[in-house]
Amino acid sequence: MSLFWRDIKLSMRSGGGALLGVLFFLAVIAVVPFAVGPDLNFLQRIGPAMLWIGALLSTLLGLDRLFQAERDDGSLDIMLMQETPFILTVFIKCAAHWVATGLPLVLATPLLGLLMNMDLLSIGAVSATLLVGSPAITFIGAVGAAVAVTLPRGGLLVSILVLPLAIPVLIFGVSAAYAAVEDPAPFLPPFLILCAITMFFAVIGPLAAAAAIRASTD
Amino acid sequence: MRIFAENLSVKRGEDLIFKDVSFELVPTESLTISGPNGVGKSTLLRALAGLLPIDNGLFEIQYDETELKPEPKPNAEYCHYIGHKNAMKAELTVLENLSFWQRTMAQDETVDEDLIMPPEAAVELLGLTHTLDLPFGFLSQGQRRRIALAKLFVSYRPVWLLDEPTAALDKSSSDNFAQITNRYLEKGGIVIAATHVPLGFKEVKQLEMTPPPLNESFF
Repeated sequence: MSLFWRDIKLSMRSGGGALLGVLFFLAVIAVVPFAVGPDLNFLQRIGPAMLWIGALLSTLLGLDRLFQAERDDGSLDIMLMQETPFILTVFIKCAAHWVATGLPLVLATPLLGLLMNMDLLSIGAVSATLLVGSPAITFIGAVGAAVAVTLPRGGLLVSILVLPLAIPVLIFGVSAAYAAVEDPAPFLPPFLILCAITMFFAVIGPLAAAAAIRASTD
Repeated sequence: MRIFAENLSVKRGEDLIFKDVSFELVPTESLTISGPNGVGKSTLLRALAGLLPIDNGLFEIQYDETELKPEPKPNAEYCHYIGHKNAMKAELTVLENLSFWQRTMAQDETVDEDLIMPPEAAVELLGLTHTLDLPFGFLSQGQRRRIALAKLFVSYRPVWLLDEPTAALDKSSSDNFAQITNRYLEKGGIVIAATHVPLGFKEVKQLEMTPPPLNESFF
């Protein structure tokens, strides 16, 4: 638990980058209307998809430092030597990372939804799907971050490694968000699958990340 | 309690870093490992800390029959490891760093309470009380190293693995550290340190590591 608060505190301090993700998210969404033109109906239609893509990319942005920063200053070694199972340590780090970088994205979504001319229901749907979907991206990203922990320029590699695995999250997230507005499609099934994906990766992610880090110590 | 290492060898990839390293230590004893650069001192310490796989040989922390046998746990959990890196976050203050490690390193409840100090006392012991509320990143190299050493006192581990603990320390701080370490040794601690300079510990055993003869197939 002390690790959780330390990581939150670190992300708030200088160079922590808690708000970097939100700024990037804002930048991506803000340029979309300029790129696709002032067609309000069109913006409304692509809104949920754009928000999801923006959130996905922003989440991936800071993930590569998740373990690398710990490795660079030697903290990772000490954590590996403790009684606390390392899987649990990884899980707590992911949770803290999500609260510091993922949650602000969810909170910023309503505001950015207005930029995309979305109505209230659709904004609510996107926020809800991001709330349950974005932790999955963090957990998947943790595996990538763990694999790339020894690489000096792992940032882009992490994104590329992680993106294919994050596609299902994107598909079900966006389809649930659309289902809330378009009448015939049901909202609940894709939403529940999204929840299931998140819970699945909450277990598999830390497991794989812990194994990858243990294998890469040198 | 007894530490026992026999014919240890460690490989990194295909390369044999060292082989046939043996030593034996009982409480109150310390071991200093010396040898030229690149001979594998740090590798040996990391292997003892469980951070690198031991390729061959035996490393055990044994308990006598008379002693209360604790639950078996990995060797690493008996050890403090201070590597080249200080394992502190530059953005957090000294106090925050040390209290984090104190809470993260699980404490053994059977241990005497006077062996575990609050972070403030540990920092005072190393003479850096005035830095408690400064971010770790503001400190000089020597001060950083002393704070890293203060980590040894905020939680108790019977075995200390130190990798050049006094690098960057001035004469008086390293003397001070030697004194503190000797007090810890008297209370039944074990210290294994890799070093180039005499550390001034009591009950010192020496382990001189020599580079292995070059493999002929190498040429």
